[in-house]
Amino acid sequence: MKIVVNGEQRDVPASCTAAVLLAEMNLTGKRLALEVNEEIVPRSQFGQHTFRDGDKVEIVHAIGGG
Amino acid sequence: METQLKDSKPLTIAGKVYQSRLLVGSGKYRDLEETRQATEASGAEIITVAVRRTNIGQKAGEPNLLDVISPERYTILPNTAGCYSAEDAVRTCKLARELLDGHDLVKLEVIGDEKTLYPDVQATLRAAETLVKDGFKVMVYTTDDPLIARQLEDIGCVAVMPLAAPIGSGLGIQNRYNILTIIENARVPILVDAGVGTASDAAIAMEMGCDGVLMNTAIAGARNPVLMASAMKKAIEAGREAYLAGRIPRKRYASASSPVDGLFF
Repeated sequence: MKIVVNGEQRDVPASCTAAVLLAEMNLTGKRLALEVNEEIVPRSQFGQHTFRDGDKVEIVHAIGGG
Repeated sequence: METQLKDSKPLTIAGKVYQSRLLVGSGKYRDLEETRQATEASGAEIITVAVRRTNIGQKAGEPNLLDVISPERYTILPNTAGCYSAEDAVRTCKLARELLDGHDLVKLEVIGDEKTLYPDVQATLRAAETLVKDGFKVMVYTTDDPLIARQLEDIGCVAVMPLAAPIGSGLGIQNRYNILTIIENARVPILVDAGVGTASDAAIAMEMGCDGVLMNTAIAGARNPVLMASAMKKAIEAGREAYLAGRIPRKRYASASSPVDGLFF
């Protein structure tokens, strides 16, 4: 199925979890926050939360800013 | 020195006491090492950060900003820079809270115009209300309008941060009397945020009685950011001590420092 991650389309297997996506992106264990369709998925739910076709996923972190 | 003075209280924001009255941003540095060194030289305890997509601002294998500016050592103040609506600002704050394990101190800014980066005060007021209701401790960037500052305080913001001049302009405090009025009216800390160009600008803000100053470009954009961070630290301390010491009134004509009596000619 197709989901959109940080504005880019991405093919993921059906019932892909947040944890699997993060692992694929080499982001496991990093300080980040994740939302799906503008709803936050808590870190404790990464293993259970499965994506649906067409989900819009945002993964953010802290960078320099004033 | 400051602690020896009777009328001096340390800066307290949302119940937490800070020794430094200088708050710094972490943007615009050459690299993370320069960020680390300048932040350290500034003596600041509260450091602002931005929240962005993970594919921005980081190469694979590079350390994260929060590895260098660690939340264990510093109070991290996520901002809502780049937000042009109340909704985007609220969404950004929620992501920041998740990112920082429930840490709920945020710097709210809702920008209204690209050229001036002036705050959209109506959207700022709306976002502040939503965030305060949701349990956030909001330090809010705003214009130097005393009425808006009061309204933001009434909403429950923990600090009000009027601009000295447009973000990154380095023009220094352009409307001193408004800043003074805001300070006089306030029951929460008032920090000048944005527009500082050099150390004297920061000292002037503190001499007027501001509780602190937040800056980024003045340090990060200096030819030697680490040295400027140190200069800002001293300017903030000097300005605060001068405020507590009480400046002499301005007079139009001279007043001799040496006695007139005892002249021998």
